[in-house]
Amino acid sequence: MKIKAQIAMVMNLDKCIGCHTCSVTCKSTWTNRSGAEYIWFNNVETKPGIGYPMRWEDQEKYKGGWTLKNGKLELKSGNKLSKIALGKIFHNPDMPEMKDYYEPWTYNYEHLTTSGEKKHQPVARPKSVITGDTMDLKWGPNWEDDLAGAHVTGPKDPNIEKIEEEIKFNFEQAFMMYLPRLCEHCLNPSCVASCPSGAMYKRDEDGIVLVDQEACRGWRFCMTGCPYKKVYFNWQTNKAEKCTFCFPRIEAGLPTVCSETCTGRIRYLGVLLYDADRVQEAASAPDEKDLYQAQCDLFLDPNDPAVIAQARADGLTEEWIEAAQNSPVYKLAIEYKLAFPLHPEYRTLPMVWYVPPLSPIMNYFEGKDSIQNPDMIFPAIEEMRMPIQYLANMLTAGDPEPVKESLQRLAMMRSYMRSVSTGKPFDEQRLSRLGLTAYQTEQIYRLLAIAKYEDRFVIPTSHKESYLDTYHAQGSEGFGLDCGGCGTGGPSTNKSGKEIYEENFYGGIWRD
Amino acid sequence: MNMLDQFLWVIFPYLCIMVFILGHIYRYRYDQFHWTAKSSEFIEKKHLRLGSLMFHLGIMPVIAGHIAGLGIPKSWMEALGVNEHMYHFGAVYIGSLFGFLTLGGMLLLTARRLTIKNVRKLSSASDIIVNLLLLFIVIMGLFSTVVTNVVEPSFDYRSTISIWFRNLFILRPDAAFMIHVPFSFKIHIVAGFLIFALWPFTRLVHVWSVPLNYIGRSYILYRKNRKQG
Repeated sequence: MKIKAQIAMVMNLDKCIGCHTCSVTCKSTWTNRSGAEYIWFNNVETKPGIGYPMRWEDQEKYKGGWTLKNGKLELKSGNKLSKIALGKIFHNPDMPEMKDYYEPWTYNYEHLTTSGEKKHQPVARPKSVITGDTMDLKWGPNWEDDLAGAHVTGPKDPNIEKIEEEIKFNFEQAFMMYLPRLCEHCLNPSCVASCPSGAMYKRDEDGIVLVDQEACRGWRFCMTGCPYKKVYFNWQTNKAEKCTFCFPRIEAGLPTVCSETCTGRIRYLGVLLYDADRVQEAASAPDEKDLYQAQCDLFLDPNDPAVIAQARADGLTEEWIEAAQNSPVYKLAIEYKLAFPLHPEYRTLPMVWYVPPLSPIMNYFEGKDSIQNPDMIFPAIEEMRMPIQYLANMLTAGDPEPVKESLQRLAMMRSYMRSVSTGKPFDEQRLSRLGLTAYQTEQIYRLLAIAKYEDRFVIPTSHKESYLDTYHAQGSEGFGLDCGGCGTGGPSTNKSGKEIYEENFYGGIWRD
Repeated sequence: MNMLDQFLWVIFPYLCIMVFILGHIYRYRYDQFHWTAKSSEFIEKKHLRLGSLMFHLGIMPVIAGHIAGLGIPKSWMEALGVNEHMYHFGAVYIGSLFGFLTLGGMLLLTARRLTIKNVRKLSSASDIIVNLLLLFIVIMGLFSTVVTNVVEPSFDYRSTISIWFRNLFILRPDAAFMIHVPFSFKIHIVAGFLIFALWPFTRLVHVWSVPLNYIGRSYILYRKNRKQG
């Protein structure tokens, strides 16, 4: 057994309102540069829908992730030799093109002020950032936001296509949900495995997956290798870029920008301890539907004395072990089994987990008798095959049972808390049937509904002082002054970093 | 032998070789960030396919042929049992086959680079120069192989150009070997040396990044912070 630590995320989809604040703050932090206009390390998709890039979940087209070949794990896009020997390095047939994302554009705003006197008001027209030509916009970021045009794109959603014909119906009336997406920082990252230059790597200490910009040679196999299409090609630098999990913040014990700024407080960050020796084995489970459980089995109980002893032997500090014991991710994903990995069938063992939304099922009863009898929700979870099968296609490789159980626990938590606050009696037998205790149920409520900052983000610092001379490193990192548009840089003011930070976050949105 | 010959066949080649070597050392040390294949597949994929595959699959045997024809002395070839007739057959027929493959690819790539607006807009001056120069070199090389070899059958480059070329590397440059070489060959050689001089400063550096060690590598790479200093 070799214990490694991973910083992982959980998102509570029930509370996501699709406001895109995470995407915007991420973009203004990381990708507001030329060549990266089209790049959204974090984006929020409306589901059902085809997403960004279009139909990214269609691995028959994009060949992302892993597959089992004679029982052995192999990249879906082909083995190492085939990348070079079959000439794929000269033309990669599986690679997405810019038009699969969207062509970035701006507007000729200056025309509004420079236009001469005319019969009609001047308008700013969209201009391609690439060619400068006027564009007739047909697709762009969040084109299908809130199911816009979903009568066209919805049926092309690969998760919808997988649902048997007989239970498909007018899904627009049935449900809608938001899916915020970022790099999954997988335990078995197929992008890392696809990179011929060895420029991509997983950090040993916290599991964050990064691209070494100096070593990247722009072969673009990572774009194909990642089934979530979360490695992007900067068309100006001709190198790959991806979500960094805001590692400079994580190292300092701060949450990622997307988590920090989430208005719905849906995001959780914490440490998971896993057995690095069993990663390959877990990713190689023969039946796709076993992958979710195999992934859960990798994670070790941070309160088990044997695990703690081994973690110490493998070099984890007490701070990290303690963080693992208090990890909201461990609680939500492993202990309460409320959160699921996105598309475990890609066999990458993704580390961003999702609590499925209860609201689409609740909505089914809206205006019916939901208020009179909230417990009607339980038979509904059994009956409503469509949204549950859809969620299962996304979260558990199509197995509806774990999703149903998670939704039932969420519904039971609501039901229990309702009786607590109204002072009505509650038969605790009902909780134990779902494997919960009253204490656990209240913990779930505290974590999901109250969602205090301290409970959502339990991030140990990286202790840079243990491997580098921080005194001399101070001020040596970051952007240079010659880098246009990539940072604030410039002559320093008399303010300390803390003062600048507090000023920028004036209004207290970053702290409870 | 005039000064021009001395320049073209002694000074210029050495200049180009020096720039090639020092340029690469400099770029590798100070400009890793811009060292990339600079692929435009992300912008345009359909037309790249045939052009890129034809060019790359053509140019590799062509380079191998150049190494064999220029690097290996005629006497060694004959000692290996490759007589004049066999060599000629290989150089002209197989060489032309891959030469035309390379040319076809290069024509498609040039047309794509110049006519497709997205690709043209993202091309730097260096990209266009490399593209046109490569096209020119391929055309002159093919012309020398297919036309000049037929028009001037008495000319044998293995007893002129090859000897001159090898002598450059043993530091005994002799422009005399090059004086009576047909014009098309001369142009091909000068343009060839020129592209070697440009090489370290262009996208061509990606040739040295062919990821051969990927094949034997483990799939997942971890990096660990190590104590510094």
